[in-house]
Amino acid sequence: MQSQNARQDIILSALFSVAVLTMPIWLQPIGAAYPDLMQKFAIFGLFAIGFNILFGFTGYLSFGHAAFLGVGSYTAVWSFKLLTMNVIPAVIFGTLMAGIFAALIGFISLRRSGIYFSILTLAFAQMSYNLAYSVLTPITNGETGLQLRQQDPRVIDQALGVVPEAGLPVTNLFGFEMQGYTGFYFCAILLIIGFIIALRIARSPFGMMLSAIKSNQNRLNYIGVNTRPYTLAAFVISGMYAGLAGSLMAVTDPLAGAERMQWTASGEVVLMTILGGAGTLLGPVLGAAIIKYFENIFSSFHEAALLSAFDFLPDWLAEPVASVLGLFVGEGWHLTLGAVFMLIVIFMPGGVIEGLNKLVSLVRRRPDDTAPAAVQQPHSAE
Amino acid sequence: MDAILLQILNGLDKGGAYALIALGLTLIFGTLGVVNFAHGALFMLGAFCAVSLQQLLTLSKRIKDESVTFFDAYKEVPYLKIWFGDFGDTIIDYSVPLAIILAIPVMLLIGLAMERGLIRFFYKRSHAEQILVTFGLAIVLQEIIKAIFGANPIPQPPPDVVAGSADIGLLFGLGQGVVYPWWRLVYLAFSLVVIGLVFAFLQFTTFGMVVRAGMQDRETVGLLGINIERRFTIVFGIAAVVAGLAGVMYTPILPPDYHMGMDFLVLSFVVVVVGGMGSLPGAVTAGFLLGILQSFASMTEVKAIIPGIDQIIIYLVAVVILLVRPRGLLGRKGVMES
Repeated sequence: MQSQNARQDIILSALFSVAVLTMPIWLQPIGAAYPDLMQKFAIFGLFAIGFNILFGFTGYLSFGHAAFLGVGSYTAVWSFKLLTMNVIPAVIFGTLMAGIFAALIGFISLRRSGIYFSILTLAFAQMSYNLAYSVLTPITNGETGLQLRQQDPRVIDQALGVVPEAGLPVTNLFGFEMQGYTGFYFCAILLIIGFIIALRIARSPFGMMLSAIKSNQNRLNYIGVNTRPYTLAAFVISGMYAGLAGSLMAVTDPLAGAERMQWTASGEVVLMTILGGAGTLLGPVLGAAIIKYFENIFSSFHEAALLSAFDFLPDWLAEPVASVLGLFVGEGWHLTLGAVFMLIVIFMPGGVIEGLNKLVSLVRRRPDDTAPAAVQQPHSAE
Repeated sequence: MDAILLQILNGLDKGGAYALIALGLTLIFGTLGVVNFAHGALFMLGAFCAVSLQQLLTLSKRIKDESVTFFDAYKEVPYLKIWFGDFGDTIIDYSVPLAIILAIPVMLLIGLAMERGLIRFFYKRSHAEQILVTFGLAIVLQEIIKAIFGANPIPQPPPDVVAGSADIGLLFGLGQGVVYPWWRLVYLAFSLVVIGLVFAFLQFTTFGMVVRAGMQDRETVGLLGINIERRFTIVFGIAAVVAGLAGVMYTPILPPDYHMGMDFLVLSFVVVVVGGMGSLPGAVTAGFLLGILQSFASMTEVKAIIPGIDQIIIYLVAVVILLVRPRGLLGRKGVMES
């Protein structure tokens, strides 16, 4: 039984890796096979995987995860400015710094659970956001956002005698410039590593503990288990995932702004996780990819394009149809996002993965033989 | 001394808005047990009731300007002025207070529709799901407003009578020169009246008595043969109206834009938590207290000691309260105290 599970996991990881690495091929037909977009899939996939470790596995709904994303971004850009344009230190420092922040915030927030926990994390995230805009301007460069400049010191690069070229330097991995497909594959490999770590966590005794906390924390406390270290560890790990995602954002586009920390950005990662399926392994990645894909399509549409798309309709019909749909595309992408959010929570709280599982079991007519990833309705720890 | 009094006054009008929104949030949480993240959006909708009324009243006709004789000049004259003359002008001048009359039925309807159409399906579901679905609703509402009214703030002038500043220095015997905008005083008075009305309604009417009983023990009230569900629906409507009115009257202070609701929502939640989840007097007290605290924190003297304190003071207070006294200032023992 144990070995069979282990074999299934290896197959799952292998399939996942192949699927991620071959994205440029199989995303071709739906027009998503260009590096910028696939990078986003990978980065937000990581963000959502991390969030899922806290929300999906442990049952704590954090509304402040974007703060860690922002911290990761800022740290990475500072590493580019002060140390080197190599991405390895940037990613490591970004992840670690987010981990430190998560440990501090988690230590306080995790004294409460349920809705109080959500509000505490929200309060901390808003504090970071407000501070980034006001007092911390020397560190964050306020509204303009933190940017690279040619005259930045970059101590290590200088010590190694890298000759600065004209124009802004480009982030690189030992000489490979992080642009186009190189950037994508770098993110993709980190995504695969992140996925495998999450899988290992889910299968480990630690993961069992997290799901025990999710299902009944009181009972654990009654039998004498101190749950605090486990929840804190989950919080820090998920904060580090967010920091990693944030530093990858800086790697692919070296600037950082405070708007990444706003609580609506935290809401977006919640949506990704729920859309895919909170508590499942593949769900968050799927949710992140779906949202980023449709964001890309929807925001590029505009009314003129819609009008031409509805050419086949008679004029009197085409115009109102286009103007109604026009509300949902382009600038109105957020409207679509909000509506999808509501529909998912109302009708499909288990997310896409649960929907797929239901379909599979319908076809197989063996309802108890669903996929190995345990699908549970997300509910907070009370 | 003057400065301190001014800061208290400054805090009171913002505190009034916090208190009104937090009051509605607490009412909804206490009765229906629902965490409503769309409450800020209701505040915003109220503000846009005022905007729509103003735009409606100032619908204008382009007519030829007779005073210019050299060339053909046109000017926009509101229909109201054409029809009623000076009286029309007065109506336009008072568009913000008049919007209250529009906002009450509109917000009541929106509130009832929200409760019947969406919220009631979420009574039995977890708080996390309630937060998520109302968060989605808030996004939808604010994006609709953005699609209709655009993304820029739309300034709303207060009526001329209260447009200037009051010389409160004379009022309190502080000497000349201490002035304070009239409209903020109006807002403070207005919020006190609304809060008083809500409390009187709950305290002195049979309906209010039943609602209070239901807040204590919903099941028993239901067993007594009272349709508590219907009353709670109406309470939701009332909470929507209170938030809407807070929004209407706030428009001359802060030009409304589509995301003002979100900005106020987070703060109002903090207010509810500080005051005590489910405690109405707590929500009001905490609203005013935090408003005053915030305005003290934005004094230059204070900012010189602790830079940036004005940005985070409210959240800081919330963190401390949640850790030290999780039930909040006036919360009942054991309510949501996990």
